[in-house]
Amino acid sequence: MSTTTTTTAGDDNKWIGKRTVRPDGADKVTGRAAYAADTNMPGMIWGKVLRSPHPHARIKSINTAKAEAHPGVKAVVTAKDVVDFPIAKSVMLGIQDMRWMCRNVMAREKALFVGHPVAAVAATSEKIAAEACKLIEVEYEVLPFVIDVEEAMKPDAPVLHDHITFEGKPSNIAGKLEHKLGDVGEGFAKADVIIERSFRTQPVHQGYIEPHACLVSVSDGKATIWSSSQGQFMVRAMCAYLTGIPQNDIRAIPAEIGGGFGGKTIVYLEPVATLLAKKSGRPVKMAMTRTEVFHASGPTSGSYSKVKLGATKDGKIVAGEGTYCLQAGALPGSPIRGAAGCAFAPYDIPNVHSVGYDVVSNRSKVAAYRAPGAPIGAYAVECVMDELAEALKMDPLQLRLKNAAKQGTKAAHGPTFPRIGFVETIEEAIAHPHYKTPLAKPKNGVLHGRGVASGFWFNAGGESSAQVNVNEDGTVVVITGHPDIGGSRASTANIVAEVLGIDYRKVSVLIGDTSVIGFSNLTGGSRVTYASAMVVTQSTENVIGQLKARAAKIWKIDPEAVIWENGEARPAGDNAGKFEPMTLGQLAAQANATGGPIGAGTQLNTTGAEGGFATHVCDVEVDPELGIVRVLRYTSFQDVGRAIHPGYVEGQMQGGAAQGIGWALSEEYIYDKNGKLDNPSFLDYRMPVTSDLPMLDTVIIEVPNPKHPQGVRGVGEVPLVPPLAAVSNAIHNALGQRFYSLPMSPPKVLAALESKTAKAA
Amino acid sequence: MTDIQYLAPRTLDEAVQAFAASSGKGRILAGGTDLLVQMRAGTVTPHTIIDIKKIGEMTAIEETAGGGFRVGAGVSGAILREHPKLKKVWPGVVEAANLIGSTQIQGRATAGGNLCNGSPAGDSVPAMVAAGAIVTIQGPKGRRELPVEAVPKGPGRLNLEPGEIVVSFTLPARPKGSSDAYLRMIPRTEMDIAVVGCGVSLTLEKGVCTAARVGLGAVAPTVLLVEGAAKALIGSKLDEAALDKAANACRAACRPIDDKRGTIAYRTQIAGVLLKRTAAIAAERAGRN
Repeated sequence: MSTTTTTTAGDDNKWIGKRTVRPDGADKVTGRAAYAADTNMPGMIWGKVLRSPHPHARIKSINTAKAEAHPGVKAVVTAKDVVDFPIAKSVMLGIQDMRWMCRNVMAREKALFVGHPVAAVAATSEKIAAEACKLIEVEYEVLPFVIDVEEAMKPDAPVLHDHITFEGKPSNIAGKLEHKLGDVGEGFAKADVIIERSFRTQPVHQGYIEPHACLVSVSDGKATIWSSSQGQFMVRAMCAYLTGIPQNDIRAIPAEIGGGFGGKTIVYLEPVATLLAKKSGRPVKMAMTRTEVFHASGPTSGSYSKVKLGATKDGKIVAGEGTYCLQAGALPGSPIRGAAGCAFAPYDIPNVHSVGYDVVSNRSKVAAYRAPGAPIGAYAVECVMDELAEALKMDPLQLRLKNAAKQGTKAAHGPTFPRIGFVETIEEAIAHPHYKTPLAKPKNGVLHGRGVASGFWFNAGGESSAQVNVNEDGTVVVITGHPDIGGSRASTANIVAEVLGIDYRKVSVLIGDTSVIGFSNLTGGSRVTYASAMVVTQSTENVIGQLKARAAKIWKIDPEAVIWENGEARPAGDNAGKFEPMTLGQLAAQANATGGPIGAGTQLNTTGAEGGFATHVCDVEVDPELGIVRVLRYTSFQDVGRAIHPGYVEGQMQGGAAQGIGWALSEEYIYDKNGKLDNPSFLDYRMPVTSDLPMLDTVIIEVPNPKHPQGVRGVGEVPLVPPLAAVSNAIHNALGQRFYSLPMSPPKVLAALESKTAKAA
Repeated sequence: MTDIQYLAPRTLDEAVQAFAASSGKGRILAGGTDLLVQMRAGTVTPHTIIDIKKIGEMTAIEETAGGGFRVGAGVSGAILREHPKLKKVWPGVVEAANLIGSTQIQGRATAGGNLCNGSPAGDSVPAMVAAGAIVTIQGPKGRRELPVEAVPKGPGRLNLEPGEIVVSFTLPARPKGSSDAYLRMIPRTEMDIAVVGCGVSLTLEKGVCTAARVGLGAVAPTVLLVEGAAKALIGSKLDEAALDKAANACRAACRPIDDKRGTIAYRTQIAGVLLKRTAAIAAERAGRN
């Protein structure tokens, strides 16, 4: 099966929309790319973290004397060395509260999960650092613990944080978010069909291949941090907060990143390594093992949710109600906004009530994961949509089409949608050969099924900076402030080449560290190509203005009388005078004589990042004797606004589908009876491998975003929103049986089939 | 890391001597696909590593006089697969060994290492058990032989004396109408550990099963030889009733645990399903021989 692309815009472009060679490709396949753990320094020592063996324990004392006396040990730090943010006052940095961040990087009053850092050691070798960790004496008062979200919400559950109360009582419910539209009571009263179901999902890890790592050198009070993250400015700000070093004395240098998917939007090691480096006077390197990544870095939430939809006989949805309880992990901050906000957004429903609860429990603090919360929201709604279609005897895509949000639809989470491309994703799916191809007949007991689901993600704009410089030889260097996790360098080069009218290969795009480029917010929220395009376009247009002025100066005509076309300055018309066009190279060569270097920077807080929608179609086969589900065919239909680099857009769509299939079928955190994660390895935390998946087909739909110079909408996160329900609905179609809990792993599928057989008998 | 002594003896005698002298702190290195991972994880900290890949007898595949095979314990899965005759006579043994790890791992991983790792989930072991492989062992007191199913003692433990090394597996000659097969259940398609593994070897004469052996993995502390299942097959035409009986014998033999890889109920149920499927493949192959 081939990957198909629908292009509705931009065919006249030379570079935008083209599959240019990725600038990072050769380095990555030859092993030359420098990831966070690849940088070394003379005199460098190694940091190791001592982690809590208990899921919940008060820290009564920590004695580091023996560790400090151990030969080779250069520094030991505990929570005492980390800047304290008192519980009483919230200090926000983006979506992170520093009260929780300071307690997450180093346990303060309590250890709140197995793997929670309680101290760290820097020593001349990894082995000595690990030995010294064992010499640290921690006196714990072990407390009762709670892992599951439903358990944590019970009135008699062990309470993690004394200061958190809900409805006047100590509680693990740390927050509540509500979206209301119309009156659901009135809406359900009008419904002919009402379906209400409960769903459970397990926490799943982002699964980036590169574990967290950093190298930090502190000299004369100034810190240099090499690390793998989704935002060097986030690293700088968080380290400044947590170590007390001012931002001007911290230089955060982004390493090539080996995957993030949201999980590298916070820090774990950087502030600890900075404190160890400051204390020891030596550069300190730290790298997590895979086991540490699983124990102590953020997965996304597990959840318990309840969704109710009501429709009239003709298939018009009149009311929707959802309750989403999300595990935050040990400290508040689960993505309830994404779950409660995105769940109903694809549909034009007059009455909506969507509520999210942020629930703490004794597991690692969650971190962002690709459309945080939205897959959980969509899973419940899209499964109920499937049942609604069945009850109404409607095709599930027709039901979605009938109720699809479009321009002018008021969404429960606030906005009234401008021009969006959701309808187009459904129409393309209905018309696609995949949806029209009949399913294979059962063979050797193996059953086939097809499911569909849709999804929405907010997308984001925010702060970005870029500098575009013309070099003496007429080539161009562009610097942006965003780590490239999804192809932003190639996309940026496409845009600059297009706007300037020069060859793509003449444009190099670099990622600047915090000392060379202006503030740029995280790579997250599907914002980078969107926002980079805006600052890069504006900078390039400024450069073109300068180039025209230089040509005007040489020709001694008015700058207004010069136009820029195909990479050349030309007189606007015969009236302007007769001059041979001047290329970028010719103008660059004369730059010093005509006014000096040519370049421009732009810094913007970008707005207008409109939401993204997708519809997915999934075919599965189920072996009912083994309970195994295999995905046979999968097609994603997504409105991307404008695909600046279609190859990368397809990669995003395929990657999201692959992660969603893993979430649906095989990935989960499994805890033992002592509250310890029992599967902290890629062997037993089962992400799909290549052979588990078919070719994941993609259909790019381009309904340009009117608020963006190139029409871009965010691309990277929507692809993870529909798969959970698409797979679940396909399994129902194959077996005639519905599952309300993820993952739909072989033991679960088999047990459900056996209980069905038992009931029938 | 501790300083580690690495030895690569050319003879079995030297290897045995060094292994015995390491007084429990030595480890045999065959492919290393378990050992190196365990060392990295810190679960084993050997002082001496004895690499057996330079010992001729341990890295050769020989045909025995009667038409069987002697497979060195240090032969990798990739070499097994490339042997022109072995996979025709013992396709189940070869396919089981070839399920261990990825393509890259296949170039290193050995059946000897798989057995000596002592995991009840080792893929090659149930197939070897079904095949009736005899293991040659050499130690300070000389050579001895054990049926393969007698080697594991429990998870990670073996019925070997200090200094004893597994040298080779002897696979018997096959009468006409014989073949074998191995199937495992894993949630993924690759890169996974058996939740249940099943090896079946059988002989058919005019459609009647005259000999059979069944090995089951990952359902008990050690790989099992399920004699009840073999009995149910022998004398039958592998009809549904006989297969059901054999499947039930497999289920009855299961003593699995509930863990992150599967539940007791699931493993027990699947043991029977795999018996039927594996027997069908073995019978189909036997019919062609």
